[in-house]
Amino acid sequence: MSADPFAAPRAANGRAPDVFRHGGWVPMRQYREDDEVDFAVVGTGAGGAPLIARLAETGFSVIGFDAGPYFRPLEDFASDEWEQNKLYWTDQRVIDGANPMVQGGKNSGKAVGGSTVHFAMVSLRFRPEWFKSRSQLGYGADWPLDWREMWAYYGQAEEALKIAGPVTYPWGPKRPRYPYRPHELNGAAEILARGAEALGYKWTATPLATVSAPRGASPPCVYRGFCRFGCSTNAKQSQLVTFIPRALAAGAEIRDLAMVGRIETGTDGRATGIHYHREGQWRFQKARNVVVAGYAVETPRLLLASANDRYPDGLANSSGLVGKNLMTQANQAAFGVMQDEVRWYKGPPSLSLTEHWNYEDRKDFAGGYCWMAQGPLPIEWVTVQTGARGIWGEQLRREMEKYNHQVGLKMVGEMLPDERNRVTLDEERDQFGLRIARVTYSWGDNDKALIRHALDQMHWSLEAAGATEIFRQENDTNHLAGTARMGFDAKTSVVNADCRSWDIPNLWVCDGSVFPTTGGVNPSLTITSIALRTADRIEALAARGEL
Amino acid sequence: MTGRYPDYDVLAKRDTPSWNDVTRRTVYRRLDLPRMPRYFSEAEWRTLGAVCDRIMPQPSGRERIPLPALVDAKIFERHEDGYRLASMPGQGEAWKRGLAALDAEARTRHELDFASLGPDDQDALLRAMQKGELTHDAWGGMPSKAFFEHRVIADVTHCYYSHPIAWNEIGFGGPASPRGYVRMGLNRRDPWEGAEAAPGEQAEARRINQRVG
Repeated sequence: MSADPFAAPRAANGRAPDVFRHGGWVPMRQYREDDEVDFAVVGTGAGGAPLIARLAETGFSVIGFDAGPYFRPLEDFASDEWEQNKLYWTDQRVIDGANPMVQGGKNSGKAVGGSTVHFAMVSLRFRPEWFKSRSQLGYGADWPLDWREMWAYYGQAEEALKIAGPVTYPWGPKRPRYPYRPHELNGAAEILARGAEALGYKWTATPLATVSAPRGASPPCVYRGFCRFGCSTNAKQSQLVTFIPRALAAGAEIRDLAMVGRIETGTDGRATGIHYHREGQWRFQKARNVVVAGYAVETPRLLLASANDRYPDGLANSSGLVGKNLMTQANQAAFGVMQDEVRWYKGPPSLSLTEHWNYEDRKDFAGGYCWMAQGPLPIEWVTVQTGARGIWGEQLRREMEKYNHQVGLKMVGEMLPDERNRVTLDEERDQFGLRIARVTYSWGDNDKALIRHALDQMHWSLEAAGATEIFRQENDTNHLAGTARMGFDAKTSVVNADCRSWDIPNLWVCDGSVFPTTGGVNPSLTITSIALRTADRIEALAARGEL
Repeated sequence: MTGRYPDYDVLAKRDTPSWNDVTRRTVYRRLDLPRMPRYFSEAEWRTLGAVCDRIMPQPSGRERIPLPALVDAKIFERHEDGYRLASMPGQGEAWKRGLAALDAEARTRHELDFASLGPDDQDALLRAMQKGELTHDAWGGMPSKAFFEHRVIADVTHCYYSHPIAWNEIGFGGPASPRGYVRMGLNRRDPWEGAEAAPGEQAEARRINQRVG
């Protein structure tokens, strides 16, 4: 038994947890606070971790900070929905707007590895046109990135995470074969396939970041089904078991339980380091470059909270866009009952999907969506029943008894950027004395049209697959994007294509915050691919003396 | 016990490869929770118990899931959601205010506190809360509808389905690490999963379920 991962930092005294062994350790290089390290990276998730690893491998001195603990999955992760709430960002946030966006497990993580520790592992590429959705599809905003370049980085990310996927992917330009073979379908995934075929749509086994064969110290997935509550066997290729160990091996330091509260700037206006809270006190780490990778709520929160006399509206905010254009994704669903026993709790929750409506443009709204098979565990499932149907009492208990016959189709749908959807600082303060985030969100008319379309489609598909007692879950969202968008100039964006702030050249943002639009697929693979590109760009800029 | 999964007991698997040490510690701790308030006052505890009985009524003939103790533990142990509506206070304050308001509403309508009402009157008040029709001063500006959705329904039902007895009731496999599952397709059951009784065929399912492990 090791010490409680929440009680005191584990990454200390020249060592960090070995995530593959009970009570194990690996050596870790450590820097002094007055060492001016090349990079201080705030956040160790899908954006931060690959960047930390790649920068360290390039030879930079790097420290990754995370507010959360450093888990060893084998000894710390229970097969239990309730207990594993410890993986989420549960510090207080205030939500408002016409459609207040629920926080917690659906869009946050607080651990070394970030939300990839509990993500559903769905690893999809953007449709190429989405990088130019304004000029090619007529909505949203263009990205300053070229899809052909991104295609290469997607390939690198898929290789690094050993994505298990189909031999041929049914949509979009040719892509290489996935590194690992696809997982077998569970009952819920079979029903999705049946329902898609009935409507004449293609479907496929979902490309997933959990291995279908051994990889190093990761055993193949055993289909225990608690993926969204942390993988206790290390089959899941989270950042915690992939890029973080790579980062340590390359000489990076990780500081867990380290809450960054403010970025300091010097008389020349450049960032000089970060103030962070660890082991009961505020500390300061000097750094030549600061990278913010806290995702679309914590990233703007930190940039705004770092306001000073020189930057009264917050750092990197001359455009006024920090915190604005927050996006989530529509996550509505249709559920029904089968005669068959489905037992959807077995295996990864989304083993099959259809991207039909991401690649079909004959529709009366902008943006796209996919839908996936579902496998909610009991607490998640009762949340759907009560939220979507408003039932309770004896009726609820009876409906819940149909658990093993339920099936569902759940969308991941593109919501459009809107400056009124945003993250601001509330007056209330957290346990560190920092102002908490206020998250304001309202769905637009296009968002509502997209949701209506998808709900009808999913309903018909379930019906065609033989489900009865179908009902719709009309109010659910997941994932985040926006709030520090990348773009073509300093007036209309926060960072450039290299994720570098227009205003402060040694301040960078590397997470989903940089997305100008969010697409109709889960964002993690795109975040990681951008991080890999950013690492290459930093290396190239450094070689030219342009850092 | 009857029901869909007669005699299926997730806990029978606790010493099998479906449970690891951290899972055992976690679930045993939950089963051993003190059955007394640590956060709520005695009066609030009584009202909370009455609310739990209507939101998740429990069948007779089996051990009861200690819902008030689980809800109390959620607040006492600071098991947080990570957000709150701008119109609501934090979870502990919301519960205290909401339970007091529910009692105030009951006294206004029936001159009795909530726990002393009959089930029909209790349900009528809960339905009015669900629709946001309760507006007594005691709510202190907190919308009764928001309290119902974000605290009452969410906390009580989540606590219920965090308990192994509820897993038995719905045939959920429960903890599954490191063994996981093998038979993935439709209408396939691993020997360590509960068997569902076909109508009128409780005996066969009971026989299978007594050997699940």
